[in-house]
Amino acid sequence: MSKDEMVEILPLTTPARIDPNAPLVQVQDLEVTFVTGMGDVQAVRGISFDIFPGETVAIVGESGSGKSTTATALINLLAGNGHISGGKILVDGTDITRYNENQMATIRGKVIGYVPQDPMSNLNPVWSIGFQVREAIRANGIASGRKDVQAKAIEVLQQAGLSDAERRMKQFPHQFSGGMRQRVLIGIGLAAEPRLLIADEPTSALDVTIQKVILDHLESLTRNRNTALLLITHDLGLAAERATKLIVMHRGKIVEAGSSLEILQHPQHPYTKRLIAAAPSLASRRIQSSAVARVVDDNVPDMLRLAARHEAIEAKLDNAPIAVSVKDLRKTYTIRRGGFRSEPLHAVDGISFDIHKGTTLALVGESGSGKSTAARLILGLEKPTSGAVTINGTAMTGVSRSDLFKLRRQMQVVFQDPYASLDPQRSIGAIIAEPLRVHRVGDRASREARVEEILDQVALPTALAHRYPNELSGGQRQRVAIGRALALKPDVLILDEAVSALDVLVQAQILQLLADLQEELGLTYLFITHDLAVVRVVADFVAVMDQGKIVETGLTDDIFDHAQQPYTQRLLEAIPGAGIEFAS
Amino acid sequence: MLMYVGRRLLQAIPVFFGTTFLIYFMVFSMPGNPVLALFGDKTPNPAVLQRVMEQYNLDKPFLVQYFLYLKNLVTGNLGVTFSGRSVNDILARAFPVTLKLVIMAVVIELLLSVVLGLISGLRKGRILDHSNLIISLVLSSVPPFVALFVAQYFIGIKLNWAPVTVGENATYATMLLPAIVIALTIYVTGMRLMRGSVIEAQSAEYVRTAAAKGLTRRRIIPVHIARNSLIPVITNSGASFGALIAGTTVTEGIFNIHGIGNVLFKAILLGENATIVSFVTILTVLYVLVNILVDLLYAVLDPRIRYV
Amino acid sequence: MSDRKIEHYVAPVDPADEIEVDRVKLGDRRSNLWIDAWRDLRVRPLFYISLGLVALVSLAAVWPSLFTGVDPRYCDLGLSNKGPTAGHLLGSTFQGCDVYSRVVHGASTSLSVGIFVVIITAVIGLPMGALAAYYGGWVDSVLSRVGDIFFAIPYFLAAVVVMSVMSQHRNVLVIAFAIGGFAWASLARILRAEVLQVKNLEYVMASEAVGRSRFATLMRHVLPNSLTPVIVYLTIALGAAITAEATLSFLGIGLPSHTMSWGNDISQAQTSIRVAPMALFWPSLALTITVLAFIMLGELIRDALDPKARAQR
Repeated sequence: MSKDEMVEILPLTTPARIDPNAPLVQVQDLEVTFVTGMGDVQAVRGISFDIFPGETVAIVGESGSGKSTTATALINLLAGNGHISGGKILVDGTDITRYNENQMATIRGKVIGYVPQDPMSNLNPVWSIGFQVREAIRANGIASGRKDVQAKAIEVLQQAGLSDAERRMKQFPHQFSGGMRQRVLIGIGLAAEPRLLIADEPTSALDVTIQKVILDHLESLTRNRNTALLLITHDLGLAAERATKLIVMHRGKIVEAGSSLEILQHPQHPYTKRLIAAAPSLASRRIQSSAVARVVDDNVPDMLRLAARHEAIEAKLDNAPIAVSVKDLRKTYTIRRGGFRSEPLHAVDGISFDIHKGTTLALVGESGSGKSTAARLILGLEKPTSGAVTINGTAMTGVSRSDLFKLRRQMQVVFQDPYASLDPQRSIGAIIAEPLRVHRVGDRASREARVEEILDQVALPTALAHRYPNELSGGQRQRVAIGRALALKPDVLILDEAVSALDVLVQAQILQLLADLQEELGLTYLFITHDLAVVRVVADFVAVMDQGKIVETGLTDDIFDHAQQPYTQRLLEAIPGAGIEFAS
Repeated sequence: MLMYVGRRLLQAIPVFFGTTFLIYFMVFSMPGNPVLALFGDKTPNPAVLQRVMEQYNLDKPFLVQYFLYLKNLVTGNLGVTFSGRSVNDILARAFPVTLKLVIMAVVIELLLSVVLGLISGLRKGRILDHSNLIISLVLSSVPPFVALFVAQYFIGIKLNWAPVTVGENATYATMLLPAIVIALTIYVTGMRLMRGSVIEAQSAEYVRTAAAKGLTRRRIIPVHIARNSLIPVITNSGASFGALIAGTTVTEGIFNIHGIGNVLFKAILLGENATIVSFVTILTVLYVLVNILVDLLYAVLDPRIRYV
Repeated sequence: MSDRKIEHYVAPVDPADEIEVDRVKLGDRRSNLWIDAWRDLRVRPLFYISLGLVALVSLAAVWPSLFTGVDPRYCDLGLSNKGPTAGHLLGSTFQGCDVYSRVVHGASTSLSVGIFVVIITAVIGLPMGALAAYYGGWVDSVLSRVGDIFFAIPYFLAAVVVMSVMSQHRNVLVIAFAIGGFAWASLARILRAEVLQVKNLEYVMASEAVGRSRFATLMRHVLPNSLTPVIVYLTIALGAAITAEATLSFLGIGLPSHTMSWGNDISQAQTSIRVAPMALFWPSLALTITVLAFIMLGELIRDALDPKARAQR
């Protein structure tokens, strides 16, 4: 891989002269290695695939599968300690792995465009949007001269779907919403009309309803220009919905590849089967279609089986008392609006619901809906402006500190970020035993015994009690967090986006664990999430929140089959994979 | 942006009152006779004693004293030194000299910080980086007054490359040596900040996006890496200015530069506490103003701050 | 879109690539922030060098007679400004005192001032910064304003004022308060910034949800996790305090001239710099090396504790 060799630069041919039956990009036995403090790690271990002009291909995998690495390797933008250690990448027949940095710069943007994942950190915060768009235009020779460049830049933003593009040019990234920033990034990626656009999880950082809009827009843009699209995602449903060809990666290798429908309906490789079984977004489609009903055996988490547990809910209800009751809960903050004005922000604007013992209520909403604030209020971490919360018949709001302290034993919480919810300075055993210490339950010996009991319950080896959180993976940490929540034998668990940060297969394991624990211990769950697909699988009841208010409630099946409110319907339509048509 | 400027100026007001009050309090509320405190170890000449008592209104209640003192400060009536010279006169002549020295030191320090920090950050882990880190560490450990002495001795006396004392001839050229020496003792903080930001910026996602657009390294380094890395260095320069001010006292003393620091230096040696108080107050107010300027500069460099 | 047939490729199932999901892999080495930092420091030669220097200086401070038998106060004018002679390894000062002995005895002064300054800075700065950040609201406004005021006065100038005023009472404690009484403001700022970040982490919320009081959460969870920048700052502050004391002594408003201080020695030696430069050189060297040792230690500890640097290990 001599970078000094002058390899002939790719002739930049226009789409019209391309033979649609010859592949645009051919990846052959690609290998990527990273040099770390602990030796060399091969992230990509010999993969091969083709992308044809105008085709949409999706690479699906969990974290560590090598999918993002493959994407960045295609334009040779690997992180500092990574390099392509083997194989070829042919673009129109020329091997670009042998290009030096300047030659690659001519490819990037003009032949292969890139849309990154996180709109927050992918735009330089100190330069205006216009500056950054104009940079892309000038660098690829699309226009020159101030007026032309400016005009073209405005055009790019308009086509990306930004209204009022001219005014927006002077603004800075932090003044844009996430969705708007992503549009800018898509615009920049397509500005030079590349033949291939790589989109690396382009919408995972966005709200669900915005995701669909942006992906639709991306789809139409690429279709109109006959741009090939390589979509990188962890969501099987999304991949199948948007791409004709699907590539499944696991630990640096391709385990299965083919047309999306074919793979969904007739998966062959065990890993693919497990992914399908574990993907909540596919669960609703599978429920309605018998074609992919049974994919894996009983020992493997299958979202379909999980969903089935919530079917006979009416029978449970009659005997069950109400565990959690929320009545007209409100929380208002005052926000300073520049100058000396301030206005009220109704984060939670009068919500009410009941949760029966032993059932799961899912509180669904996008960011800004108020669901996280609601969780904090119900947990007693903040005082509501008005309204009441009752646990097992006893009021939680408006009671003394010591009464609240006693009530806490009945309700515990599991948070979203497994990397931030465990104190890195405490051992696992100390973390799990902490609630017992705070409430002065038992003595040292009995606490140690209880810690072992809990570690068993959450399927973790008991030797972990003396280890520290940073030795564990995200899923394992979440189990510790669940274990900590169970220490005081509470009746109610609040799960605040508890699985949102986990990989699909790990998420399925945790959901299975939660379901088993609910049955075993008679727990009541308040499941807070933005992911409606997960809701289908875990919840008995659903409450949809928007801007501080609950817009719709009902049994899970009812909501999914006959949603009444337009907002709920939008949420349902936005579930990735909602558009997949299985042959029956 | 205007809101930010306004708010910043507003914040400066309590700080201004607070610091002047604190300095005044330290001197005049300490245990013991405040008059004796002003004169240190010396016995006062009755005439001077009378003038000082009037100047500081020592016969009036404490808070009144303070406000009268403030009023004098603000209206430019800064009193006299023990030798009878008007503080205003001294300031008028000494300030430009110190200004020249400080400007030179700041410029050299910023150049060193930014350039060495950029090189170190881009060549992290290599020889240039390691040697830069070690050299800067050693330089920052040498106490400034020692460094100045050594420089004066070796470069001034032994090698005779630069004037040993400056005296009346306070030009940029004659003050170059002390400016360089001071800059060498304080550049390390800024350099480390620049290096740290450059290292972070190199793996920043927006840098990857810039490269994905088709930009070359030649454009990315100055426009995206260096530009963003400047911010912490500039914000830190306010704090390093404080070290600079403290440094000018010793510097002007050793090299006999007739600036504000020198007056302070002599006042310290002679024990003229009243003068010390006046000049420390002036230097502190200067420091507060410089910090305000630095904050404004920060807003120019970082648009996120302007709209908060 | 062409009607190309997309072939269905299935990789052979490789038993080596088992699909066991999320299996717990415990290394044989335990690992947390402090253990990892220690492992990193352990292999660096510079760590031992700076630790050794610190130990050496501390030993000289605590047990000067281990290093020299000569009485530093015994001065024979007959030896004034002489170079190295028998019994006087490094020569004599202007007044005929033994340079080496004075250097050794000066260590305890410098170190005491440094340690006291660190203690005062920590005792004032830590609560101010932590409480302001954790409780927020008006507590933050008040405490931050106070911190701003103290921060606005360069601590050296403030020390100059205090020491000038306290002309009758110059000793180690007074100097320490003169310096530390203003230097705490920087520490408060640094801690405040760190606590502001840590307090939003979910394990802090979890602690409150379990029922701990806010104050208990602050002490048990927030503070221990905010210590990294504090430790770094304090080691550097120690070096800076020693320099400040030396500078003040050099100007004549530090410790009284009869106290053994490197700054005093340098001040007294400047008049005879052309005749006997060594009397100035040795205390300067001792000063520089001491400060260097502490600052280097601080930098190494910072690198060891820095999560970003750790991630690349």
